[in-house]
Amino acid sequence: MSGRLQGEARAEAFLALSGVSKRYGGVSALDQVDFAAKRHSIHAVLGENGAGKSTLMKVLSGVAKPDQGNLRLDGQGVTIATPRDAQRLGIATIFQELSLMPDLSVADNICITEASGRWGFFNPKKQLRRAEALLAEIECEDINPKAKVETLPLSRRQMVEIAKALGRDPRVLILDEATSALTAADVERVFTLLNRLRDRGLTILYISHRMHEIETLADTCTVFRNGRSIETFRQGSKTPDEIVRLMIGRSINQVFPEKPTREARPEPLLEVRGLSWEDQLTDVDLTVGAGEIVGLGGLEGQGQQQLVLALFGVLRSVSGEVRLDGRRISLSGPAAAKAPDVGIAMIPEDRKTEGLLLPMSVRDNLSLASIGRMSRWGLVDGAQESDLVDRMVEKLQIKVSSLAAPVSTLSGGNQQKVVIGKWLSVAPRCLLLMDPTRGIDVGTKQELYRLLRELAAQGTAILFYSTDVDELIGLCDRVGILYGGRIVRELEGPDVTEHNIIATALNWAQGADGDQPTAAA
Amino acid sequence: MADLGLYFRQNLRPWVAFAVLATLFVVFIAMHPRGLSVFVMTTWSNQGVALAFAAVGQMVVVVTGGLDLSIGAIMAITNSLASVVVNGSPLEVAFGVVLVILAGAACGLVNGLVVVYGRIQPIVATLASGAVFTGIALLIRPIPGGDIDEGLSDALTYEVFGTLPASLLFLLAVVIAIWWPYRRSIMGRAIYGIGSSADAAYMSGLNVGAAKISAYVLAGVFAAFGGLFLSLQTLSGDATIGFSYTLNSIAAVVIGGVALSGGSGLVFGAIVGAFVLRTISAMMFFSGLPPLAQPLIEGLVLLVAVSFGALRLIRTRNRLQILG
Repeated sequence: MSGRLQGEARAEAFLALSGVSKRYGGVSALDQVDFAAKRHSIHAVLGENGAGKSTLMKVLSGVAKPDQGNLRLDGQGVTIATPRDAQRLGIATIFQELSLMPDLSVADNICITEASGRWGFFNPKKQLRRAEALLAEIECEDINPKAKVETLPLSRRQMVEIAKALGRDPRVLILDEATSALTAADVERVFTLLNRLRDRGLTILYISHRMHEIETLADTCTVFRNGRSIETFRQGSKTPDEIVRLMIGRSINQVFPEKPTREARPEPLLEVRGLSWEDQLTDVDLTVGAGEIVGLGGLEGQGQQQLVLALFGVLRSVSGEVRLDGRRISLSGPAAAKAPDVGIAMIPEDRKTEGLLLPMSVRDNLSLASIGRMSRWGLVDGAQESDLVDRMVEKLQIKVSSLAAPVSTLSGGNQQKVVIGKWLSVAPRCLLLMDPTRGIDVGTKQELYRLLRELAAQGTAILFYSTDVDELIGLCDRVGILYGGRIVRELEGPDVTEHNIIATALNWAQGADGDQPTAAA
Repeated sequence: MADLGLYFRQNLRPWVAFAVLATLFVVFIAMHPRGLSVFVMTTWSNQGVALAFAAVGQMVVVVTGGLDLSIGAIMAITNSLASVVVNGSPLEVAFGVVLVILAGAACGLVNGLVVVYGRIQPIVATLASGAVFTGIALLIRPIPGGDIDEGLSDALTYEVFGTLPASLLFLLAVVIAIWWPYRRSIMGRAIYGIGSSADAAYMSGLNVGAAKISAYVLAGVFAAFGGLFLSLQTLSGDATIGFSYTLNSIAAVVIGGVALSGGSGLVFGAIVGAFVLRTISAMMFFSGLPPLAQPLIEGLVLLVAVSFGALRLIRTRNRLQILG
């Protein structure tokens, strides 16, 4: 049935992609994607983190250039090399990361490329009226078009972004999680607007993880998985459960070390109570026992990074209570966190900027975190340092030609091992990891999993944030799923399944208690 | 009324700088043995105008998030060139002035092309190009000298209608004639967008490269007016005259409330900043403080101005963003 529908869509497609591929390094972000969308349509695009939706949007908005494949718009072959091309073709995109310039006024932002006056000049008065009219169209008269964007709260900025896209009079409108920052009332307004635009004949691509939004809004859905367009179907023809199954459908091919079987949960080593920060973390409770690996999952940007950063003392004005081994600790910064009486270490998300000093040697990088402990009167004990470096290279099997080589010359996997070695050298009692396997090869991943399990067996408490669902399932004893800065559900033991993780991450209550499909499609 | 309040809130720093300048000016006049007179005003204005031109040029680049370390060198090159071409018959003088301004624009164009297409950091690119410009200036005018049309000099360095300093009017006329339309063009707004968030500007479909180049060209043009004005003051050319202007122009924009991170700043602020610096040096002259203490005082003023701009970091909640 879906094949017929896809064919039907292509026949009268306004926007059509065929055979589009895009690779980033060794990773295939889009793999021979065929995709078509009609006019007078709100077309939902679904998929997990990393399924290829964002890359698809980037290709359509001129941010990323596809390696191969064709794009057709209104029957014409087109190339979209820059955002300016996209604009000329009438493709407007509302991104998650806003395209607003904070120091400029709302009106300036909305009309940024419009010459409202004569001879390429803009006319401030006309521009103001136009911004007012566009804001009125989305019922946001409360926004002062003269105010600087940086003074607006996030939800208002998102509405300005929508007004800006609207002002470009688009033929194709792309929304990437555009409602996630909005208030319920604004979501209603946006929906009314989108319906009106659809009636006007626009092609609207709507990326969202919120099933109820897709149910009320979309007429067609396409599911992406692993960079491929898996299936296109009429909205309503599948249950949320079936959609989740379409989104999963891959086989777990990594080998994980066996999880220990326990009678009861170990005594908590790290206890977090009521942790809140700005509007990004709300009342987070969490415990990690000695010997436990606890995962943090959920969609990207739900507060996982902030939680880990807060525990390491990087964020200011965090409220709540954190205890280590029953003793309350203050979150004053990484230096305090790594001190021997606390013993928290963190493997940061971006190893190239936050984990390593790239031009410096492997030796310098490995000893960086523990150098204070190996010094006397401010002078480093070279023998002790060499001893430590050798031990870490041996323990982690870091493949390196010379310890004096800049760490930038190492492969991604070995670089990550250096980061981990650097922090193991402070002998942490609690290890925080932020997506440590991103962009490293499968072999190194397996080594890393074994290492983490070994550390846990020696009594380390491990908190492990990952964007990879397989890892959370294969490695973690428990998994906390974050949504909107809260831990919405904690999965344990046999409940740690792909289905539960994804359904909870999407916050689809109805999907969370469904049957458990096997991982292999 | 609400709009006026919003305007002052959003442009607080230049107006604070203006209040500082007004205070300094009152003190300066009180100190001056001749008090408030047309002569004192004209001298005061003449002392500030060259730096004000340099500061306006610097501001245009700083707004894009860059920095132009060749401002002083462009002033030197145009100053030297002026001492060769701005003389003779009225037609020749006019032609000479146009040539001087075009030379400044050409220097700015070189900077812009190197920054945009060479993808070199502005600070490095303009440091290098500045050395080149200084070298060319020395070739044009190895030792100070040359000849400048005295009629033009008199017209622009005395007063008009017996009351207003001509140099101040010249400054305002040039700035209004160039900056006003530029600020109203897509490109003039684009430089603010780029400085505010280059990614967002690109994503919005702005021509980031062209806008940046236009900013450097404009900086060159304003520097050329500065160099020209210096030659009118001294009636000669000097290839080493621009040296102090580069750093002072940066100091002036900072004092005038232009954010070094880019994205915001008013021409008004840059001009005010330049006159704050020059008023301080004039006050030093009458105060009896040793002239050698001048850098010390200017440095303190600069520190206060920069600290004022850093106030908002106190509210930052992510320690990583404070370091960046």
